[in-house]
Amino acid sequence: MTEQNFTEDLIGRGNRDGAQLFRDWYKELSEVAERGDKAAYVFVMGSFNEIIKTFDMPVVFPEINSLQTAVRGVAKEYLGEAEDYGYSPDVCGYVKADVALQLRKGEHPMGRIPEPSMAVLTNACNTYLKWGEVWERMYDAPTFALDIPGSRSGLQAIGRKSVSFKNDRNYIEVQIEELITTCEEVSGKKFDIDKLREVLGYTNRMSTAWKRVIELNMASPSLFNALTDGTIYLGVANGFRGTEIGAEYFEALVEEMEYKAKNSIGTLTDEKYRLAFVGVPCYPIFRRFTELFTEWGGTFVNSTYLWFASGGANKGFQYDLENPIASLAEGTLYSVTDAMDSMFHQDRMLLDIIDDFGIDGIVYHPIKSCRTVSTGLADGRRSLSEQRDIPSLFIESDMMDSRVVSEAQLKNRADAFFEGLATRRQMAQS
Amino acid sequence: MAYAAGVDVGSTQTKAVIIDEDKKIVGRALTDTGANVVHAAQNAFKVALEDAKLREVEVEYVIGTGYGRYRVTFGNEQITEISCHGRGAVQMFPNTRTVVDMGGQDTKAIRVNEQGEIVDFCMNDKCAAGTGRFLGAASMALDIPLPDLGTTALRSLKPVKISTTCTVFAESEVLSWLGKGKKIEDILWGVHQSIAVRSAGLMRRVGVDSEITFTGGVSRNQAMVKALSDKLEMPLNVSEDCHYMGALGAAIFALDRIKTSRRPVQPSKPEAEVQS
Repeated sequence: MTEQNFTEDLIGRGNRDGAQLFRDWYKELSEVAERGDKAAYVFVMGSFNEIIKTFDMPVVFPEINSLQTAVRGVAKEYLGEAEDYGYSPDVCGYVKADVALQLRKGEHPMGRIPEPSMAVLTNACNTYLKWGEVWERMYDAPTFALDIPGSRSGLQAIGRKSVSFKNDRNYIEVQIEELITTCEEVSGKKFDIDKLREVLGYTNRMSTAWKRVIELNMASPSLFNALTDGTIYLGVANGFRGTEIGAEYFEALVEEMEYKAKNSIGTLTDEKYRLAFVGVPCYPIFRRFTELFTEWGGTFVNSTYLWFASGGANKGFQYDLENPIASLAEGTLYSVTDAMDSMFHQDRMLLDIIDDFGIDGIVYHPIKSCRTVSTGLADGRRSLSEQRDIPSLFIESDMMDSRVVSEAQLKNRADAFFEGLATRRQMAQS
Repeated sequence: MAYAAGVDVGSTQTKAVIIDEDKKIVGRALTDTGANVVHAAQNAFKVALEDAKLREVEVEYVIGTGYGRYRVTFGNEQITEISCHGRGAVQMFPNTRTVVDMGGQDTKAIRVNEQGEIVDFCMNDKCAAGTGRFLGAASMALDIPLPDLGTTALRSLKPVKISTTCTVFAESEVLSWLGKGKKIEDILWGVHQSIAVRSAGLMRRVGVDSEITFTGGVSRNQAMVKALSDKLEMPLNVSEDCHYMGALGAAIFALDRIKTSRRPVQPSKPEAEVQS
């Protein structure tokens, strides 16, 4: 392979391969649905994918199914059907799109989604709990809700040797053992701890690489857009967690990003402003939303979404394969709590990255249909502005419902934000 | 003498202002926007030129602002009305630190520094509740001309409590109070107070300190000035030209460009391309 061919193959490989893996995943799910085989429904924050993978059950992420209806421009139809069925316009758009999908017998723009044989959820989002009840009623499928303790120490970091941490770890460990029993009953397979070790090993590789990918975006110019490219990576991080394919994908992604960093190949031709994004993307106008910023030379170099929507994998936690269940409990405590904290205490976490990533401004994006991620954004912004003099933009829309997404209003706010950034920069230079 | 102009194409009205080198307004225009936004901008600029007794070639730099700013096709640059109202307000009232711009479609609260630069801003989202449009709906429902709403409301002695600021429901809300035998002035004062509560909330989100300047078309409504002032418990800066504040701010930015020959802060078209 010539140097030119090598470069052409490498640049953008993560996006190409990620998109292909995503299609492969949905193709497999369609085949599962056609065969009427078992599948487990899980969520991005605390999927316990590793346990499900140990039993060779395919995983379905209803949140990803739903956001895909928005990206593919059909969410309005799905939301409308759920509302016709009786759901309020104020209910979470992800839930409603899934309800419509179930009413349509799994019909989805990416293929056909299998029915749930079981569902695993955590209290990271309180809507998960009610969502699980919907499937219980529809399919009589068991839902397993893991109760993940919050940080009792409030804003203090969890100490791994503290008594409360050990108690919490034990509490989760017992729940994992109960989950294993449920999986055995649903799948009809005996639990194999060595298989779990293998799966956790793949997650270790993936988490290490994912942490590295995010760190590499400290490069200037930035190597990938945390909102657009990042969402592709997140799809793989969730769907292929605990698999060799997933581990290899992220290791290849590190290779791509290291090459780009070494050769100063940025995601924009002329990067002017480095931004951090807080919240959930605006999927109904996914590309256009990002263009509102890239038109000004602004790119998102990091986001809280990369953290909590990867289930906290950004921390790079390494499972102890000698003690897989206890270590899974410990890792859950770190990653899910961290994922929750990145929603509720993002000011602390953003403070940590502002200097490292050379961030010029922060964009907060509360969304109408998710109070869980939106509550606290105003407090976080206020807290951050009291600690650091950094410009921020607060724009509200939705991750699913185009009825509350006004592109003209969003553009007006984004333009004013950049006018302020430009003036600020001119003042600093004069 | 160099002249600069700002053209503010709003959702209901288009404003144009021409200033001289001393930032003195020499020409102004106020026209309805209508359906043809390009024409509205051209027409307002033409009327302002006539008012200033100037020819188009004498105006060196024109900046478009407002929702229709990209339709000011003869302009040299576009800047949001958020930046322009802030700049204009500080030019007119130098101690301004908070600006409330109440227009036909939205209400903006803008916090500025002593240079008129934006520190923070927020706006009503997604609906026209609590904006000038609500007053327009009340005007229609009560069959009172818009310019008379304020003076009528100020005659109120016993205002009603309006529970909604939804523009769509305004008519039924107003009619229900009429059905209960309430006086028109009491209903109207209630409408103004209701909008003031909502607007004051926006302003508190960005922070209220020092002087507040009230801009936009609704700033001409005396009852709205009083309702907001009562709610915030402080006087508001208001001027005859507050309606033109966005256009004035745009004109001052235009004059900056002439004086400094500084590059536009805003690319007229996307410059950066996405590579991956």
